[in-house]
Amino acid sequence: MIRLTKLISVLAFLLCTNMSFADSIKLAVTTSFNNSGLSDVLLPKIESDIGVNIKLLVVGTGQALRLGASGDVDAILVHSQKAEEKFVNDGHGSHRREIMYNDFVIIGPRADPANVRSAESIKEAFELIKDLSVPFISRGDESGTHKMEMSLWRSFDFRPNHFGDWYKSVGSGMGASLNISASIGAYILSDRASWLNFKNKSDLDILFEGDKLLFNQYSFIPINPNRHKHVQSALTKKLESWLTSKTAETMINSYKIDGKALFKFNATYNE
Amino acid sequence: MNDIWDGIVQAFTLIYTLDPDLIKISLRSLQVTLSALAISCIIALPLAAILTIQRFKFRRFTIALLNALMGLPPVVVGLLVYIVLSRSGPFGVLDLLYTKTAMIIAQTIIITPLITSIAHQSLRELWSDYHDLLISMNTSHNQRIKTLLWDARRALLTASLAGFGRAIGEVGAIMIVGGNIDNATRVLTTAIALETSKGDFALALALGFVLILTTIALNIGTHWLSKTENEGRW
Amino acid sequence: MFPLVAENLVVEFQGKHVLGPVDLRLDKGDIAVILGPNGSGKTSLLKALHGILKLKLGMVRWSCLETESVGKQMFVFQTPIMLRRSVFENLTYPLRLRKVSKAEANQRATEWLDRIALSASMQVPATRISGGEKQKLALARALITEPEMLFLDEPCAALDGKTTNEIESMLQSCVENGTTIMMSTHDIGQAKRLAKNIYFINKGKLECIQSAKTFFVKPSSINASKFIAGDIIE
Repeated sequence: MIRLTKLISVLAFLLCTNMSFADSIKLAVTTSFNNSGLSDVLLPKIESDIGVNIKLLVVGTGQALRLGASGDVDAILVHSQKAEEKFVNDGHGSHRREIMYNDFVIIGPRADPANVRSAESIKEAFELIKDLSVPFISRGDESGTHKMEMSLWRSFDFRPNHFGDWYKSVGSGMGASLNISASIGAYILSDRASWLNFKNKSDLDILFEGDKLLFNQYSFIPINPNRHKHVQSALTKKLESWLTSKTAETMINSYKIDGKALFKFNATYNE
Repeated sequence: MNDIWDGIVQAFTLIYTLDPDLIKISLRSLQVTLSALAISCIIALPLAAILTIQRFKFRRFTIALLNALMGLPPVVVGLLVYIVLSRSGPFGVLDLLYTKTAMIIAQTIIITPLITSIAHQSLRELWSDYHDLLISMNTSHNQRIKTLLWDARRALLTASLAGFGRAIGEVGAIMIVGGNIDNATRVLTTAIALETSKGDFALALALGFVLILTTIALNIGTHWLSKTENEGRW
Repeated sequence: MFPLVAENLVVEFQGKHVLGPVDLRLDKGDIAVILGPNGSGKTSLLKALHGILKLKLGMVRWSCLETESVGKQMFVFQTPIMLRRSVFENLTYPLRLRKVSKAEANQRATEWLDRIALSASMQVPATRISGGEKQKLALARALITEPEMLFLDEPCAALDGKTTNEIESMLQSCVENGTTIMMSTHDIGQAKRLAKNIYFINKGKLECIQSAKTFFVKPSSINASKFIAGDIIE
């Protein structure tokens, strides 16, 4: 009986502590953005500069778009241009604002059985992997990274749906997919930021980088207040201003892991 | 194997230094799970008693259904709760998504059938003992329920602890409805999932050991307080 | 409340005829003993008269409103049913059901505990005392509410001589206090010691209803004579 009373009072306490702050917004971002560690640096500065507390939901691009469409978040930050443009055209987002970019790299086992190191273009690297049928991990989760991978294969006239067993679609986030690559010694397309911040590198290494086609643009999209009246558009405007400000530029460009810069700020200052 | 040892060392370091993040996350885990447990017990225990003593038309079906619901995949419950609480869902206006309340709701749904089933099983055995006596003494329904619940309290405690175990280790549902938001809805299990996906196995294991220790401590504490294993008590 | 009247009473169990048709009338102050071989329907008759067995045909009627008779009759089962509580709490239970104050219930329980010589085992779980002690406790639990009617189903079947004596003297004194008794036994000696009236039952049929004096001198059925002589009746 006493235990029951105690539990009920915990419940009452819980209900009291469940009040959310007045100035907080929900922002859905991709796993690759969060895994880079950049959000840990930016969020506190954002809160102290403009007083906005950001509740970060770290999900895949597909889920971020879905949450935005149902109005469960106030804005999204993703990296998949085609999907973003469709999102805005369909009226879910009010507009698309480019913020920064990083690049994708091919990760693989140091021994490099497909000799990807020797490739001079991403097309050649992919051809080597396919021709030798070495194990390759695909995100398979409709994320920005996954969409980039698919668009690359297709632009070289390959059809991933018809690949053999060497091509493994794992339906997981960047970190989880890198884990799998590390365990079985497979190749994988990853964003540089997630790779640098990944703590289980074991036998893997960057085997190919630098092709312009591997350019990865992050954009900020506020959810359309006409469609969802409750979104905090005043606060998302503040956030957008901050993300395209000189302070943001400095912080983003100077964020380094192992002495290497991860992102390059490329927002424009006009609305 | 190194990871396991690293994990153990990290776990004890975090505990010993009373790492503030760890404490916050652990308290949040307990807050969510104990709240869900309290609500579940309030529903499940009397329900189990009523199912035991009251004859009604669909009783057998209800009992079978409850037993089946024990096998509900938690992540599916999470998805359903998400859809209901989403802004484009029926209860969106309550703005409960990505809060601890949503996590409590999901966990309550998951563990109530479990606690009811286990409790019902014990109460059924007790009722078959007490049946003739309580009917002969002309007890009312409420008196029967109270007598059964009180006399079976040790078994009911076990049922509750089973529910606690299921809830504290749950990750799929609360990830979906809670969002694993740092400083808001991140708990031990979702933090473990996050660190695992980042490849930081040592930290993930450390949090895992903390979770195990917390559960063991709670179980031992409960049994000690209720003197379950004392001689002369049943 | 009295007389208790049964008319055309028939009981079936899983489709088989177990008892009846029975007509009888029980008056206040009686000590009615139901005698008969095993399986003759003694337990069924007692339970039917107490009102906890469903009748196939016929009826059982007290000479008062149902609300007045329910709280005033108690039943002692052949195998004593103990609540999973202490000896003391078993005694206070029926009083607490009737909303008797805690203080008064405790006082009366203490007195009865003394009377049945179980004061030393006050806090012992009732399930752990001996068979004889359980039966004494069950009887005390029935008598603590000062019932007007007491049914007993072979109360001394598994007990040793000493305990049987104790139970029989408890029964004698409660008769002196105004309780009417109906009990079954297959111990002829016990029937001779206690009964005012004998109900002899065989294969579900009430073959004799006679005063004890008459029955043991000149029973009105052949089976009854055989039974008294110690023969097996088929």
